[in-house]
Amino acid sequence: MNELFIQIVLGISIASTPLIFAAIGELVVERSGVLNLGLEGMMIVGAITGFAVQFHYNNVVLAVLASIVAGMMLATVFAFLTQVLLTNHVATGLALTLFGLGVSAFWGRSYSKVTVDRIDAINIPGLSDLPVVGPLVFSYDPLFYLSIMAVFLVWYFLNKTKKGLILRAIGDNHDAAHAIGHKVVRYRFLAILFGGAMAGLGGVYLSLVQVPIWVEGMTAGRGWIALALVVFASWQPFKVIVGALIFGGISILQLHAQGYGVNVDAQYLSMLPYLMTIIVLVTLRVRSKSKSDRVMPHCLGKVFHSTQ
Amino acid sequence: MYKKGLTNSIKVFMTSCILFVSSGAAAEPTKAAFIYIGPTGDHGWTYQHDVGAKYVKKHMGDDVEITTVESVEEGPDAERVMAQLANKGNEIIFTTSFGYMNPTLKAAKRFPNVKFEHATGYKRLDNISTYSARFYEGRHVIGKIAGKMTKTNVIGYIASFPIPEVIRGINASYLAAKSVNPDIQIKIVWVFSWFDPGKEADAAKAMIDQGADIIMQHTDSTAAMMMAEENGMYAFGQASDMGSFGPNAQLTAIIDDWGPYYLQRVQAVRNGTWESIDTFDGVREGMVAFAPLSDRLPADVRAMALQDIGELAAGTLHPFTGPINKQDGSAWLAAGETPPMFPDLLTMDFYVEGIDSKIPQ
Amino acid sequence: MVFLSPILALTLTALSTFFIFFLAGVDGFGAFYVLFIEPLSTQYNFSEMLVKAAPLMMIALGLSVGFRAGVWNIGAEGQYTVGAIVGGAVGLYFYEVEGFWVLPLMSLAAIVGGMLYAGIAAFLRTKFQVNEILVTLMLTYVAILLLSAMVHGPLRDPDGFNFPESRLFHDSATLPIIWEGTRVHIGLALAVIFSFLTYFWIKKHISGMQINISGIAPRAAKFAGFDENKAVWLSLLVSGGLAGLAGLLEAAGPVGQLVPHLPTGYGFTAIIVAFLARLNPLGIIFSSLLIALTYIGGENAQITYDLPSSITSIFQGMLLFYFLACDVLIRHKIIFNFSKNINHE
Repeated sequence: MNELFIQIVLGISIASTPLIFAAIGELVVERSGVLNLGLEGMMIVGAITGFAVQFHYNNVVLAVLASIVAGMMLATVFAFLTQVLLTNHVATGLALTLFGLGVSAFWGRSYSKVTVDRIDAINIPGLSDLPVVGPLVFSYDPLFYLSIMAVFLVWYFLNKTKKGLILRAIGDNHDAAHAIGHKVVRYRFLAILFGGAMAGLGGVYLSLVQVPIWVEGMTAGRGWIALALVVFASWQPFKVIVGALIFGGISILQLHAQGYGVNVDAQYLSMLPYLMTIIVLVTLRVRSKSKSDRVMPHCLGKVFHSTQ
Repeated sequence: MYKKGLTNSIKVFMTSCILFVSSGAAAEPTKAAFIYIGPTGDHGWTYQHDVGAKYVKKHMGDDVEITTVESVEEGPDAERVMAQLANKGNEIIFTTSFGYMNPTLKAAKRFPNVKFEHATGYKRLDNISTYSARFYEGRHVIGKIAGKMTKTNVIGYIASFPIPEVIRGINASYLAAKSVNPDIQIKIVWVFSWFDPGKEADAAKAMIDQGADIIMQHTDSTAAMMMAEENGMYAFGQASDMGSFGPNAQLTAIIDDWGPYYLQRVQAVRNGTWESIDTFDGVREGMVAFAPLSDRLPADVRAMALQDIGELAAGTLHPFTGPINKQDGSAWLAAGETPPMFPDLLTMDFYVEGIDSKIPQ
Repeated sequence: MVFLSPILALTLTALSTFFIFFLAGVDGFGAFYVLFIEPLSTQYNFSEMLVKAAPLMMIALGLSVGFRAGVWNIGAEGQYTVGAIVGGAVGLYFYEVEGFWVLPLMSLAAIVGGMLYAGIAAFLRTKFQVNEILVTLMLTYVAILLLSAMVHGPLRDPDGFNFPESRLFHDSATLPIIWEGTRVHIGLALAVIFSFLTYFWIKKHISGMQINISGIAPRAAKFAGFDENKAVWLSLLVSGGLAGLAGLLEAAGPVGQLVPHLPTGYGFTAIIVAFLARLNPLGIIFSSLLIALTYIGGENAQITYDLPSSITSIFQGMLLFYFLACDVLIRHKIIFNFSKNINHE
């Protein structure tokens, strides 16, 4: 039973990590007041890029870096369009998703019949062998630790640094931030790039850790779930981890429940993350009315024009 | 007015083109087309149909011209693709997914001179044949191997959708495993997808964690095979030989070998002998084949598997041979009885006795 | 001026596509012909483009109304699906019952279904200030799962060997064809009529103008006494109703039954359609045809040149990128001069 518990936790961590990556990036983007609906597109381009590089060079570090760069390249397109040319965030994001899905499928055709070495879990002599603590704390793959670290860094950046404060100010009121001399476009541009990098990591996690294969459309909607996750976490970094564990946990635990012969209504169960997100949205609003603190970046998705 | 004039002149133009083409038909290659539900790189269902298409090309050479269209949505798009292919002069069109059934029906009515071949469906017309394979014969063999090879007595089964074909597979595997191992237990997980590598991997892992040491799958990706390989468990390839994804894990694979059937049907069109039929072939006809048996099988298991394959090929073995009770304990087949294809096998919506699980709704 | 950026965007997209073909080692001119000219060259291809455009047109129309008001319903896919479920369920309930009223009743049910579903977002936005982008997006996935549950359960064809799909709709529940020998159905006529109606509503009727103004200048609208909540409700109900109707038209038209794969992304593609038309209801007639053309062209490219199906989504994505960019670049000048003038005042 103990062993099973540990394995379930490991399984949930694998299902959750891509969501954590994508969501923590998008969280920074949204905190800066930008809504990027192109997550799915950036993730899948990260997935194929990392896979292709790993296939050709068999170098995990290079593959992961490449996926980051790929995510950032797509994000650059989005940032340029929305921040420099001031296009609509929703439309541009959707176009990015379409484009990313198409490009990855087009480019990835020759990689569908091959497999590569996956990124293995770390093994720290001594620590990883400890009972219970070893497997639960010291036996994940390196990217998992990176995702947790990213969440911590984002939290630190947003809450403990001056630049983070400015970023949040920009997200809440870009006109006021601009008026007191902050570079709205620069901050947002960089935030979007960070979002792209994280989405790329989320993608490569799917293609190099979860299952080391490449197939068209293998993100299977996880970019959209990550988008929901940001909202579910009410734009708070640490809640992203909690949310990802719940979202990932639902999908893993229902598989386990089925294995034990429990009859699960898969369709209705799969609706839960989305419905829970809506409920969170509503309760946040209800609460924030009384507390008068806004959790959602007020300028989310609004186009900023410096001459206004 | 203008538009009408335009379309009319286009029509005249098109007709003259068609006349021009058909006047030189004698030496022309036969045009055959295949419509796929997934990308050919899925390494499962679609991949194997594409292997079949290539088989036809290999054997007929310049006598055939093949067009394939992949990732076609089931629905109105499918009907249009069929019409486009028919308009391009294809004489026979293979539609290789159940969801193409009604689009195929509509397209066939529209193009009475084009022959259609619909996989896994049940609606036929004078110009629609249906074909499918007795995959449950393959499931019988892997079920027996699994029953012998498991140490934990737990088989994990990744299922896609609760349709008769999948349920037949589960029942056949379970009965076969049980026949050689009375303690066998089967854990069934529905992923409600034919193709979601992430979810299939998660499902495989969940079952391994719950003590399964052999994974069977009725989904199309290689993810479960790779999970089995990584965890040192056994698995069986689905639709195609997945040995390269699980060199140690794969004990054998059920291979959908459509090639000979496709060749026969395209040649029938060429010879003018094509007629609408319903094909449900199995091991005997070669439509269900097996990847080489793994070296890891002990001699007795290997002999047993080969013997069963031989009996299936000879037609002396039926995976569903009574006495078999349904899950609720009611009698299904009396001793020695085998079920009719219709309705028992084609509409199967129950588990057999002993399976400790429920079919979703 | 109106056509400058669409034409520029198309040209740039075509050039980029050429480049991609070049990389893929495909004859660029031939592929170009197959992608853009062939879909228009035969009566059948042309009719299929109309079939494909009809639902896109219908959904994009409703969305354009909301986008004008600054209400971002990006969950039309969900409303489309719910419309198909509700309208389809009515048709299945009256299975084999013949009567002229069956189809109108199904349509009505679909419209109400789509409206109620979008109404959830309107309610949450007006009551709790909850962002409708997120709510409509979440509800889309819920709707798709609901459809799957329905065709696996209550709406499953009792004679269908347990396959997850409904019965085929009977004659009275199937859309009439308006172009003999093709699949062009009455939905296309409806969509075109609605385009004109929407156009006049936005331009001439007071409530349509309110919608417009609440989007362009929300504060001015408030001062003028326009109710923002009313604009939210109105635009979500209109877009939800039209998306719901589009869903039913697809189910009772070209598909002919309820199937789990009914939602194929029209709700999202329609957002592109609306933007390419700059939210102009009459422009949507053209942009929906253009996007429909890319679908048909993409299929042709696959049949003729063995190009992967992904060409279509690359193409649509690029088209929107270029269009948004060109549009802003061309308009930017105007806005810029305009704001300068204001500064001088």
